[in-house]
Amino acid sequence: MRVHFTVNGRPQEADDVWEGESLLYVLRERLGLPGSKNACEQGECGSCTVRLDGVPVCSCLVAAGQVEGREVVTVEGLADFAKQRAEGGCASGACGTSLQNAQEWQAQGTDSQTGEGTELAPIQQAFIDAGAVQCGFCTPGLLVAADEMLERNPNPADADIREALSGNLCRCTGYEKIMDAVRLAAARQSQGV
Amino acid sequence: MDFLRPASWEEALAAKAEHPTAVPIAGGTDVMVEINFDHRRPEYLMDLNRVGDLSEWEVGEESVRLGASVPYTKIMENLRAELPGLALASHTVASPQIRNRGGVGGNLGTASPAGDAHPALLAAGAEVEVESVRGSRRIPIDEFYKGVKRNALAADELIRAVHVKKADGPQQFSKVGTRNAMVIAVCAFGLALHPRTRTVRTGIGSAAPTPIRARAAEEFLNAALEEGGFWDSGKIVTPSVAKQFADLCAAACNPIDDVRGTASYRRHAVGVMARRTLTWTWESYRGARRLTEGAA
Repeated sequence: MRVHFTVNGRPQEADDVWEGESLLYVLRERLGLPGSKNACEQGECGSCTVRLDGVPVCSCLVAAGQVEGREVVTVEGLADFAKQRAEGGCASGACGTSLQNAQEWQAQGTDSQTGEGTELAPIQQAFIDAGAVQCGFCTPGLLVAADEMLERNPNPADADIREALSGNLCRCTGYEKIMDAVRLAAARQSQGV
Repeated sequence: MDFLRPASWEEALAAKAEHPTAVPIAGGTDVMVEINFDHRRPEYLMDLNRVGDLSEWEVGEESVRLGASVPYTKIMENLRAELPGLALASHTVASPQIRNRGGVGGNLGTASPAGDAHPALLAAGAEVEVESVRGSRRIPIDEFYKGVKRNALAADELIRAVHVKKADGPQQFSKVGTRNAMVIAVCAFGLALHPRTRTVRTGIGSAAPTPIRARAAEEFLNAALEEGGFWDSGKIVTPSVAKQFADLCAAACNPIDDVRGTASYRRHAVGVMARRTLTWTWESYRGARRLTEGAA
């Protein structure tokens, strides 16, 4: 079957989708967006977290056909999504991330040392600055979940952060650096940095 | 596999009548796991997300009509006062991502003895509204669970809503697991005080082939509270009464040994949770009584 939906602010369609296929599979294998990670395929790990109509969900547990006509934000579109949110909407009418830009997105910019040339969402920058990334596999899901929490709750207590990220497993960091990163992003957000 | 996309409840009922093997999918948090792991290859998958009123709820005089697909997150955020037991149970479901998708209809459809909503529904008192093209009926929650992952639904029926009695007293929910998130209950316990009828109701999860009530324990406690004049006096529940209640709750279990825990551990833990939830709810009842008497 064919599925039409909005990905990172732009309309997309996926062809030859099997009826039992997950949204995660469509994103990774049909649209070439491997940012959302495929780990447990049973909603335990959160590494496939995306926003579906604004709400964080495990994309491995959403049937492809269920997203027909709906809006998905993936980690590849997070920087543009955060920018647009900070600017209070889409003024130009041409916001979002094109599929090609999303496919080519990388945290490293043209200068691999400084990251210059790539715009990061504040939560992404905070993860880098706090050293919250080790193997990186859980990072995309954590970024999407943490970004959504900061949107809802700009001044989270530690318990709020732990709760919001309780569906995202990280096997490297012991979570302390991740907590630091989210606290950092929250502090910068409240100071308007 | 065919993907059915009914745009309305009537279309969904018609599709289910035409294809009784169709598997309804709403939050997908159970169904997609089975498909991802190749445990299930339904001939038809029927998306219920487009049936909007399944995600709505209404607070009535006596009860709350909770649409089958109302996500747990919404129950936690909006129905804490009316359905405190279910709101507490909802908060223990998996993770935020899962709570944003999953709902009580899915818990009932799957009918796993470990479903978190069941003990709260049993304790509060609820009816499941199911419908087919043949008509609508309401199944009392006590008669809904028929076996391990089996429920009282006919092949052409769909779960539309759950009618849960509004709390008339304190309710509690307790669950044993290895951490506070992403845990399938080792066992769980729900308890509701109903001061209006001077009764106590219970619900036990993951400690028998189906979710169950501890009926003998309820009868014992109802009689003990009545005879001792506890509802009027607001005295603390005598430790011997609480212990007997806990023992009877443990005795109501019919658990198995599995990877999450042994049968004897489950029986023991249910007894502990029964005593604790009784203490918590009764303390809360006494506190509320003191407040109203103080005001008078």
